[in-house]
Formats: sequence, C-alpha cells, structure tokens
Amino acid sequence: MSTAAPGAWPRDHYLSSGWSLRAWLLTTDHKRIAWLYTASITFFFFLGGLAALLVRLELMTPVGDLLSADFYNQMFSFHGIVMVWFFLIPSIPATLGNFLIPIMVGAKDLAFPRLNLLSWYIYTVGGMVVLIALLTGGVDTGWTFYVPLSTLFSNSAVVWAVAGVFVVGFSTILTGLNFIVTIHTMRTRGLTWFRLPLFVWANYAVSLVMVLATPVLAMTLLLIAMERLLGIGIFDPALGGDPLLFQHLFWFYSHPAVYIMILPAFGVVSELITCFARKPVFGYHGMVISLMTITVLGFLVWGHHMFTSGLSLYAGIVFSLFSFLVAIPSAMKTFNWTATLYKGRITFHAPMIYALSFIGLFTIGGLTGIIVASLAADVHLHDTYFVVAHFHYVMVGAAVTAYLGGLHFWWPKMTGRMYPEIWARVAAVTLFIGFNLTFFPQFLLGYLGMPRRYQTYPEDFQILNVMSSLGAGVLAVGYLLPMLYLLWSLRWGAKAPGNPWGAKGLEWETSSPPPAHNFHQPKRVTEPPYAYHEYDD
Amino acid sequence: MPTMNTMTSAPAEQFDDLDQQLRADVMGMWVFLATEMLLFGSLLTGFVIFRIQHAAVFADAASHLGLKLGSINTAILLTSGLTVALSEQAVSSGRRRSAFSLLLISIVLGVTFLCIKFYEWYIEYTEELMPVLGLPFRFKGEHDHVAELFFNFYYMMTGLHAVHMIAGLGVLMVILMQIARWSEPGRVTRQARIGGLYWHFVDVIWVFIFTLLYLLRS
Repeated sequence: MSTAAPGAWPRDHYLSSGWSLRAWLLTTDHKRIAWLYTASITFFFFLGGLAALLVRLELMTPVGDLLSADFYNQMFSFHGIVMVWFFLIPSIPATLGNFLIPIMVGAKDLAFPRLNLLSWYIYTVGGMVVLIALLTGGVDTGWTFYVPLSTLFSNSAVVWAVAGVFVVGFSTILTGLNFIVTIHTMRTRGLTWFRLPLFVWANYAVSLVMVLATPVLAMTLLLIAMERLLGIGIFDPALGGDPLLFQHLFWFYSHPAVYIMILPAFGVVSELITCFARKPVFGYHGMVISLMTITVLGFLVWGHHMFTSGLSLYAGIVFSLFSFLVAIPSAMKTFNWTATLYKGRITFHAPMIYALSFIGLFTIGGLTGIIVASLAADVHLHDTYFVVAHFHYVMVGAAVTAYLGGLHFWWPKMTGRMYPEIWARVAAVTLFIGFNLTFFPQFLLGYLGMPRRYQTYPEDFQILNVMSSLGAGVLAVGYLLPMLYLLWSLRWGAKAPGNPWGAKGLEWETSSPPPAHNFHQPKRVTEPPYAYHEYDD
Repeated sequence: MPTMNTMTSAPAEQFDDLDQQLRADVMGMWVFLATEMLLFGSLLTGFVIFRIQHAAVFADAASHLGLKLGSINTAILLTSGLTVALSEQAVSSGRRRSAFSLLLISIVLGVTFLCIKFYEWYIEYTEELMPVLGLPFRFKGEHDHVAELFFNFYYMMTGLHAVHMIAGLGVLMVILMQIARWSEPGRVTRQARIGGLYWHFVDVIWVFIFTLLYLLRS
C-alpha cells in the first residue's frame, strides 16, 4: 500500500478558499475548526508539559532546592488543570473528531456549525481565564480543588482557575451535543448504526459522557466560587454543610471524565489496528457493546476515589465491585484488538507502532486500575505515586499515544501531505521508551509509600525519582519530534493521494485534502465497516 | 411551483432538507435539556440529602418562606407555559396575530414571576434571612447554622432558576420579533418549537424547586 501513486491535489479543497485571518477565525467549516482546536490544544499541551518538567526537575533531589514550596504546589496544580481540561478532554474529539465525524457519516458538516465555532471561542476564553489565574498568583489546590482547602484556606487564585474550568466545560458540552445530533440525524443513505466506524461510535459514547457529566462539574465549581465570593457555605461544616458532598459531586464528573479521555482513544486504535492488519475488526458488535457498557458503568464508580474519605464500608464494597466490572468490557476490547492482529498482514507504519504501544500501555494502566479499585489495597496506595503512575498510563500512555497515532494516520487526509515515515517511527519508539522510563518507577515509588504532591522525599527514593525525571526528558523528545517534522511536512512533505493506506471508510473515498463540503456527490454506503478481506483479495 | 407552499424556505447548507434540519434542531434542544437537568439535578440531590439529614430544622426553616407568594408565582409560571404552548401551535398553523399576542402574554407573565421573586428576596432580606456577603442572619429557632444551610440552598436554587428565566425571556423575545417580522415562517416554526421546549423545562424545574423548598414545611 505504500506503493500508492503520489497524490495530485484537487483544484478545490477546504483550504483553497483562503488563508486570511478572517477565513480562519470566522469559519464554520468543521475541518478548519478542527485545526483551530489542534493549534490551541498543542499550545496548552506544551505549557502543561513545561509545568510537569519543572516538577520532575525539582524531584531529582530529595530536598526542595529548585522551586519554592509554593511554586511547586502551583506547578503540579497548573499541570493537572491544563492537561485535563485544556488538552486531554478536547484532544481527540475536538480535533480528529471534529474533522472526521461529519466525513465518516457522509455529511457536509456538523449539525450546528456555528455552535461548533462558538465552542472553540468558549474554549479560548476559558483558557485565557486560566492563564490569568496563573499570572495572578497561581493555584495551589491541585487539579481536584478539594474543599475545604480550596474554599477556606487557599490564598491563591482559586476563583480565576475555577472560572476558567467552568467556562471551558460549556465548550465540551456543546461539542458533545453537536456530535450526538450529527450522528443521530445526518448519517448518509445506507449508513446504519452498525455500519458506523468504531471511531464514530467511540465519539458518540464520549459525547454522552460530556453532556451528562460536565454540568455536574459546572455546579460543583459554581458552589466553590459562591462559597469564596458570597459565603454560601454548602461545603462548609461550620454552616451545616458537608465537604464530602463536594467529593461526591466532583468525582461524579471527574471519573466519567477519565472515560472522556480514553474512549475516543479506543476508537482511534480500532481504526489503526484494522487498517494495518488488513483485517476487519474482530467482534465489531462486541466492540460497540463494550464502548457503551464502559460509558454506563463509568457513571457508577466515582466512589472508588473516596475509599479513604470516610465513605461507608457498604458503599465502598459496591463501588469497588462496579469498578472491577469495568475491567470486563475493557478486556473485551483489548482481546478483540489482539484477535484482529491474529493472522493479519501487519505492516509497521508509524500509526501502527503508536497503536501497538497503546495496547501495551493501556493494559498496564488498566490492570493497575484493578489493584487500586480493591478496597484493602487502596488504603495503602491511595494518594501515592502508584495512583499517579496508574492514571498517567491510561491518560498519557494510552490516550495521548492514540491521539498521536491518529494524528499521523489522518495527517495525509487533513493536510494533503505525507509525514516523514522514518522520523515518525523513531518518535513513536522514543515515546514508548520515554514513557515507561518516566512512569514505571513511579509504580515502585508509590508501592514503597511515596505520597504524591510532596516536594521532598526520603533519600532512599532518589534513584527511582532520578530515573523518572530522566525518562521525562526522553518523553519530551518523543513529543517534540512530531511537532517538528509534522510542521516540516506541511511545506516539504510529499503530496498525499486520497487513500495512502488503502484504508476503508468514507473519509478515504474523498480527496486529500477534502473539498469544502467533504464530498462532491452524496455517498451511499452498501457494505459493513472494515471490509478489508474483499478489498485485498 | 412557488405557489404550492409559501412556507418553504431553503434548509441550512449542511442539511439535505428542512425535515432533517427540524429533527436536528429539536434533538439538539433535548440534548441540551439533558445537560440542564444534570446541572439542576446535582444541586437538588445535594439539597435532598441535607433535607433528610436535618429534617426538622429544614422543615422549620421552610416555614419562613412566603408560601402565598410562592404559590401565586407557581400559578403564573404554569400559565405562561400554557400560553407558550398555545402560541407555538398558532405559529405552526400560521395564525400570526394570535401567536404574537399569546407570546407577549407569556413574556409579561414571566416578567411578573421575576418581579414577585425579587420582592420575595427583598422580604427575606428585611427579615435578615439572607446569609450571603456577611449580611446578618437572625433565625428565630434552634440550630441556626443548619437553617443557614437551608437558606444557602434556597438562594442557589431560586437564583439559578431566575438566571434561566432571564435567558428564557431573552429567547421568547427573539421569537416574538421573528413573529412580528414573519419573513421566514419555516424558521419561526422551528424556533418557536425549540424555544418552547426550553421554557417548559424551566417551568418543570420550578415545580421541583417549589415542592422541595416551599411545600415540605412544618
């Protein structure tokens, strides 16, 4: 398939209508809005990464020497807030999803194009407000804003940070709303629900979570701001309130939010594996069912963040049980990916390397999730680096790797240019090595008892911490490399044909880059998804 | 055949036809209302938990609210729901004049609701039952801290509802202007339908708030 003829661009495509600032900032084309998001989240990714790098540098030594204690607290808080709400949550849906969903369902655009642009503006405003929080003294509460620290004790810019996250939540909700309506009402002829690509299903599932979970976060943050500004003390025990209510509300959002980050990654990886194994996805219906099961179960497990907060034992047992149950659909997906590879004609293009490292990292992240979901083990591991390592394996190791894999896979479609394959493979492998070097030692540190969010630690932990910090350096290279060569390819990359991978799916049946309304003629779908066998025979 | 149906107008460019556009618009509003339901739902759930925990004090505190004004307001709001529904029907059957006057009545009723609500808050302010911004809070009863929590919830719930009322009034006014202009009947029909959905939602939320805050009293 790499023998595909070099592409010739169509005369009319979505980028040929102009490069003026107006053509970008007032566009309602979902493909251009996807680029606006890509640029914004990349900016925040490197900003959040910088904060992480400072944290890792500080942790090279057991004593606090590089940063002041206050500044250290601000850096890990800022890292969390930026990475969660301004990078991970919008990452795949707002960029790849925005670009691909209308094309994959054979529509001309999303159902509400202006709303789509509005959600990018809301995102931008939210981002600016959070930057104001950083400049006016930072936040030191961690990304979780736990009360009473955030309401009664912290002297930092909590209200600004909370306001920024509150605002960006509406951008998430509007994106989710747009996707749900588009997928329901705008599928082209013949495209039944069970012919939808798994990427669309994954984004559908994630949109449900966005629409149903985010408003609860909005209310929680509003109550924090009200307590700080007006003294409405719903979380304040002195006024009869209950700090535990905050934790319930916060995790009712923030646990499903983890699925906002990982579900789209499942969708991306399904597309990559099936394409580069030249086989239909094994157990397509099972993949859909497991996506929806995770979506529902995701709303029933928030209490596992509160095992040590004074939750009743019975509630703890139920939450623990439900958390274990999430492992079943997750394992179903992992086994199905593996079964898709079985007897496939596998080629190791860069997106495939990303997809395979996703499977490995997600498996480690998922299995350690079972360990922290068990009541007794969690008492030991709660708030240690074990938890930090666990969720980084899922949210960075898995989700960001899938995002990069997807970005490479659809790069020719989005830009009309091929990326340099050799460099991309080098970057994918660097990322895998750097990631494991950074976060695997943290499992050991956490198991040995090193708590998270501390600037200093006993000297015995130094070797593992130095390993982790050095790994972060490798990881940084793994992220910077794609940034450089992808930008390079925009100008000097080879022109891409319409379907460089010989992949199935409506997005590969249009030109690269696609025309302004995605297709010159309305599409009709007549076959199940991923019909690779007929294609290659 | 331009004479066959004067209501016809072109769909927005991303849609194949007007029917698809209507389905998308209506569904978009329903999804948005699902979001809104969870927004209010989290606050109401929190309230219900404390209502069970501090049953006696909350019931006592609730009896300090103006049940008469609250009931009048409920009647006013539900009536406005009726007039919005009637106006929506008038729009879709092309009865422009009655659509206009019915919607105008709805807006007047909505504004009246807000005025009465503000008056209620003013009364509570004069009775020193407004524990915000360090204002004095004098509750004639036991456990005044718990009663303060009740009033915190009261202001959050009614305040958030009032914000939604103001947004809803804005929506209704936009539709009123569209009816007055009547340049694109198909579009007005769509807007009246989704605007109406939103207004009814705000009504229903009030029914829950009214029941939880005013009616569960000692």
